[in-house]
Amino acid sequence: MFDRFQNSRNALGLIFMLPAALLLLLFLTYPLGLGVWLGFTDAKVGRPGEWIGFENYVFIATDSVTQLALFNTLFYTTIASVLKFFLGLWLALLLNRNLRFKSFFRAVILLPYIVPTALSAIAFWWLFDAQFSIISWVLVKLGIIDTYIDFLGSPWNARFSVIAANVWRGVPFVAITLLAGLQTISPSYYEASAIDGATPWQQFRYVTLPLLTPIIAVVMTFSVLFTFTDFQLIYVITRGGPLNATHLMATLSFQRAISGGALGEGAAISIAMVPFLLAAIMFSYFGLQRRVWQQGGGDK
Amino acid sequence: MASVTIQGVKKKFGATDILHGVDIDIADGTFTVLVGPSGCGKSTLLRMIAGLEEITGGEIRIGDKRVNDLPPKERDIAMVFQNYALYPHMTVRDNMAFALMLAKQDKATIDAKVARAAEILALGALLDRYPRQLSGGQRQRVAMGRAIVRDPQVFLFDEPLSNLDAKLRVAMRSEIKELHQRLKTTSIYVTHDQIEAMTMGDKIVVMRDGRIEQTGSPLELYDHPANQFVAGFIGSPSMNFLPGILRRSADGLRVELADGTQLDAPPQSSGVDGQPVIFGTRPEHLTLVPEGAAHGGIPSRVVVMEPSGMDTFVACRHEGVELSAVFRERHDFAPGSTIHLQPDMKTAHLFSVDTGQRLAA
Ligand SMILES: Nc1ncnc2c1ncn2[C@@H]1O[C@H](COP(=O)(O)OP(=O)(O)O)[C@@H](O)[C@H]1O
Ligand SMILES: [Mg+2]
Repeated sequence: MFDRFQNSRNALGLIFMLPAALLLLLFLTYPLGLGVWLGFTDAKVGRPGEWIGFENYVFIATDSVTQLALFNTLFYTTIASVLKFFLGLWLALLLNRNLRFKSFFRAVILLPYIVPTALSAIAFWWLFDAQFSIISWVLVKLGIIDTYIDFLGSPWNARFSVIAANVWRGVPFVAITLLAGLQTISPSYYEASAIDGATPWQQFRYVTLPLLTPIIAVVMTFSVLFTFTDFQLIYVITRGGPLNATHLMATLSFQRAISGGALGEGAAISIAMVPFLLAAIMFSYFGLQRRVWQQGGGDK
Repeated sequence: MASVTIQGVKKKFGATDILHGVDIDIADGTFTVLVGPSGCGKSTLLRMIAGLEEITGGEIRIGDKRVNDLPPKERDIAMVFQNYALYPHMTVRDNMAFALMLAKQDKATIDAKVARAAEILALGALLDRYPRQLSGGQRQRVAMGRAIVRDPQVFLFDEPLSNLDAKLRVAMRSEIKELHQRLKTTSIYVTHDQIEAMTMGDKIVVMRDGRIEQTGSPLELYDHPANQFVAGFIGSPSMNFLPGILRRSADGLRVELADGTQLDAPPQSSGVDGQPVIFGTRPEHLTLVPEGAAHGGIPSRVVVMEPSGMDTFVACRHEGVELSAVFRERHDFAPGSTIHLQPDMKTAHLFSVDTGQRLAA
């Protein structure tokens, strides 16, 4: 019995995995569990809550600010992810060419990603400032506009401004990951397809895109998750304003729970994000990631 | 189908000269093999014919069309790559149909052509599989199928068999040859393996360091190598080379080896009396001088015996020079013993020590 145990690779694997699994369990499930629990209570800062069932969820479902935050989050995530995808793909394709100073450009493109979010958010805050914005200044100097743009003053301006900041910050991750993906595609596929008569566009359509799909699925899943749960950029640039127009679920949750003291309600808003995140993961996992052609040999 | 004419073709990568002016005439419907050691520029030349590399100098014509500046798709060629380059995300059927689809042929035509190619190559049962689900030999066949569905003017093969195991390689060798006899499409085949070249080619082009050493039919190259390089490259086990001095006298031509051994040389060889030469003789052209016979032959010390059943390979050494012999009969020499090997005068060759060229009349 002991012998068999010793010889079993599975048992050994289990033993090696145990510490990591325990740690994960502890650090992942504890906060999540606490959040779920808080969502069902009327806890306030400094006061342990009592079980109130679905009351918080019923409230946020009818609360117009939460509804607006959900709309903002979906809008922000959709537009920003689409932009990040196309910009990232375009940059990756560009960097995959044999440019001069290739490694220099590859390093430069990572810069937005390296700068701490809070710092870049402050930079954007200045860029978008109503009086000192350099963007407005340049446009006025060029004679394209006469008055400074109030980037963060009106709801739609503010929404697009924070999206711009998020895209700027998120594109490097997408671009570099897709570039890595592009480099795994053997040049012989391009040669073979050139001989087969494909134009560059057809090569992109029939070779690059399908071979890149698995990586696109992974990177866009992460991108969507990060964007959906974004907090820092918004918190520094707009604090959710004006008129809650840029409040995301995460910032609203923080505002209600910490600033407003309503821990239970804040937790409920956070937990309400989970189904959306799960849906995104499921979509990418079942819809995009593993294709038959990637699976190993053997008969079907 | 078409002929291919390569005239004074040069290739530079940056400042490095890779091909130094290559001329080859490839007749319509023939199977031509480019062979040479690794790095000699065979693939580069083939890729220039395909349009995958730019032509630095000279001219390439397919049929009577100059193709120097045409992109690959306008050259009407098909290529089989060493790694096959099958599109991993397409089934066997789609891999083969891809070029036809790009050429906007209608579905019925595509299906018919794919079905025909699949039948020729016995791929019918595999059409819905992905490349990953195929064995090496099957992938190889799909790569050929992808080439033949297009019915191109010229097939280009770049070491298509080198990723296969030895047994499969032999089988595919004859399969490709048979396919060529059936389709009669002009084919250019690159390999570093001289056996592949010998067994498959109508015509062989031996290359070294970006130059052509010799062009000819397999047996021409075997029987009349132009120089010592070709002589040593073609044939396995390879030709023996013994340094010596040419002696011309009234009763014929001889080569005197360092230890004084006298060997009869082919009488029609050129060269002057006293000239240092290399005496070349193939392992199968050495015969054993019977024990105690009054002699002649090259005294050689046996190093290793390798009986293969069909024949006996003996590696020997004469005055520090490696010498190998192959006998149809079976022998059992003790390593370290001395045997005497008599070269066949008619099939021996003399090469100039300075230029490596064969000293022919
Ligand atoms: N893209 C390239 N850039 C620079 N040198 C190359 C390139 N491709 C091949 N070479 C060089 O050209 C020579 C011939 O290569 P190749 O044609 O692949 O040889 P082979 O006869 O083995 O097929 C080699 O020395 C190789 O290093
Ligand atoms: Mg090669």
